[in-house]
Amino acid sequence: MSELFPRKQVMGFVFSLVLTAAALTVYFLDLSFMAAMTVLLATAFVQAGVQLVGFMHVGESEDRTMIYMNIFYGVAIALFTIFGTLLILVWDM
Amino acid sequence: MDYFDRFAIPHPSPAIYASMVAIGLTMIAIVIGLTYFKKWGYLWSEWLTTVDHKRIGIMYLIAALLMLFRGGVDALMMRAQTAVPDNKLLDAQHYNEVFTTHGVVMIIFMAMPFIYALMNFVVPLQIGARDVAFPRLNALSFWLFFMGAMLFNISFVIGGSPDAGWTSYFPLAGNDFSQSVGTNYYMLSIQIAGIGTLISGINFITTIFRMRAPGMKLMKMPMFTWTTLITNAIVVFAFPVLTIALLLGTMDRLFGAHIFSMTNGGMDMLWANLFWVWGHPEVYILILPAFGIYSEVISTFSRRNLYGYKSMVASIVIISFFSFLVWMHHFYTMGQGPLSNSIFSITTMAIAIPTGIKIFNWLLTMRKGKIKFTVPMLYSVGFIPIFTIGGVTGVMLGMASADYQYHNTMFLVAHFHYTIIPGVVFAMLAGLTYWWPKMFGFMLSERIGKWAFWFIAIGTNVAFFPMFFTGLDGQARRMYTYSEATGFGPLNMLSFVGAIGLAIGFALIVYNIYYSVRYASRDIGSDPWDARTLEWATQTPVQSYNFARTPQVDSIEALWDLKRNGKPVFQGEIEKIHMPNSSGMPFIMSCIFFAWGFSLIFSMWIPAIITTIAIFACMAHRSFEKDDGHYISVEEIKATEKDWEVLNDENR
Ligand code: HEM
Ligand SMILES: [Cu+2]
Repeated sequence: MSELFPRKQVMGFVFSLVLTAAALTVYFLDLSFMAAMTVLLATAFVQAGVQLVGFMHVGESEDRTMIYMNIFYGVAIALFTIFGTLLILVWDM
Repeated sequence: MDYFDRFAIPHPSPAIYASMVAIGLTMIAIVIGLTYFKKWGYLWSEWLTTVDHKRIGIMYLIAALLMLFRGGVDALMMRAQTAVPDNKLLDAQHYNEVFTTHGVVMIIFMAMPFIYALMNFVVPLQIGARDVAFPRLNALSFWLFFMGAMLFNISFVIGGSPDAGWTSYFPLAGNDFSQSVGTNYYMLSIQIAGIGTLISGINFITTIFRMRAPGMKLMKMPMFTWTTLITNAIVVFAFPVLTIALLLGTMDRLFGAHIFSMTNGGMDMLWANLFWVWGHPEVYILILPAFGIYSEVISTFSRRNLYGYKSMVASIVIISFFSFLVWMHHFYTMGQGPLSNSIFSITTMAIAIPTGIKIFNWLLTMRKGKIKFTVPMLYSVGFIPIFTIGGVTGVMLGMASADYQYHNTMFLVAHFHYTIIPGVVFAMLAGLTYWWPKMFGFMLSERIGKWAFWFIAIGTNVAFFPMFFTGLDGQARRMYTYSEATGFGPLNMLSFVGAIGLAIGFALIVYNIYYSVRYASRDIGSDPWDARTLEWATQTPVQSYNFARTPQVDSIEALWDLKRNGKPVFQGEIEKIHMPNSSGMPFIMSCIFFAWGFSLIFSMWIPAIITTIAIFACMAHRSFEKDDGHYISVEEIKATEKDWEVLNDENR
């Protein structure tokens, strides 16, 4: 029976609900901009990690190095784009 | 009647009314023709509902060629207008609409479907697969692209064409400065086609990762497959940015949001930024498949394996990464400080290095080879010097301080035509001629093809080289005319002559197709070029299931090893083959998308809501539909393979 019970998935689900609730507190509590953004960014990234590992099975298949490389590539491009844009439109305008 | 006023064109001319009549007559002729020859059923069951990657590829090809001519006519009109000073052929507004349409049609609706035509037809064959990973989605991709293209193409007879350039910079493209529905067409038709492209991107990455023949490791993939993989990776990273930019632009135009406006907290520069975050990777989406085609063609016709395979792979991976780091070089002059200009100058110039590596690899592949100058090879060899001029001028433009002189002059126009014409058009024509026998079972005439090549190669240089000079002398791009005193007249006339040369070249290609359909030999075997990769190891025309037995591969050039060293590729018993079913849903759903786009363009909310619901209904239908595909029986396969010489040959 215990093999049949999808423990990991249920845990992942509960954890992602907790993260969502944590992010939601930003709306109800009267936080400073910095604090609010920190909470949102942190919960967002952890949430993405939970989804990838818990539900999209990263690291369970043979081609996991390929998948990790793709994720790394995507994150790198996203960061370059965001910080490049900030540089162009805000910091260096 | 007020309701229908919105469909009137704001700026009519006799030419546009003539086009309306012509379009109407053509449509009636098509309907009558199909009915008279009783071809509706054939059209529906063999083409509109097909999920076969080869047929989808051919449909992409036809659409791309049509769009090439549409864009080409626009180009001729522009060159005719600027051929002499103070010309009155087109007025300023028409000229704006024509250059905008030309840019969008050529990049989004000609170059993109052309590369997807070849990818669709060739890649599954080259990796020994039976179809792409998601055949139904593949059909959806095609039809979304097609409907997007059609939507864009009717703009000039219904409501007016976009006129803010293919870059559609805000605030010019906003409601204040572009009041006609033209820019709505831009936003929505590119959106619809772009969704199709994004789906294709995912489809091809999955196909190449998961469906390669046994033994084909990543580093044993043919070069065209490699470039397809990397290109689609760029698509998946770049196109979402375009999707969002277009969505935000649509919000501004249809619902009065102020995202890109200059007032109420909007930020007009954000559009330029987002556009080029997509736009620069897009130019590499166009060029990388071309690099793949040249690699295949050059190694086939030099009769040598590709020089420096590993460095080729490394350089395309590096190019794909760098292509995301340079976007700002398109707007050096728009007000940033020297810090960001310097950073992006450096990244821009760095990208020329991996490109240079590839050029040397091709040259070294040809070295000591037994070169055969067939038409595909002519385009590949012609590409090298012409593209190098484009690359060198690109590095010139890449220096931010110098770009203040070149930006938005004809020098820039010359640069990008010197890269895109050899980089995309030559490559597509090379690929088309090279894979044509596999697609249609006969070869295009080499003699007419060579004439076309020379017209196109010389025409390109005559049309675009003079622009380097007029640009340096200060002729701005996108100006509908200039005065005699500027002295730009003679060189612009020369450009016009070059444009006519190009037009003759393309006309020759059409004539070549006609001529070869009528007279070319149908008895060409399955491997007329004596090529190296798996797509030539099937029957011509290719069986619906591609390969009766799954190929076993252990080198980059499986077919070559089979032919020269007798290494077996097809072994084992023939088994029944599982194939996907045809479906009308992709076509129907895309038609609904067309109606949806049209309704939004003209702010007709009720049809827009109905079609939105219908789109979701189609998706729900797909979720609940049961479709297990079908099997092709062993007897049927044996019957199909019977008259094919390979089956009898035990080695194969
Ligand atoms: C060595 C490689 C290249 C470099 C360094 C380079 C650099 C540049 C720069 C700096 C600009 C902007 C100039 C300005 O607006 O003043 C530009 C424009 C452009 N480039 Fe390139 N480029 C390169 C290769 C290519 C390739 C391979 C393509 C296409 C296949 C391409 C297509 C374009 C297009 C379409 C534009 C103009 C877009 C517009 O403003 O309408 N370039 N290039
Ligand atoms: Cu660029």
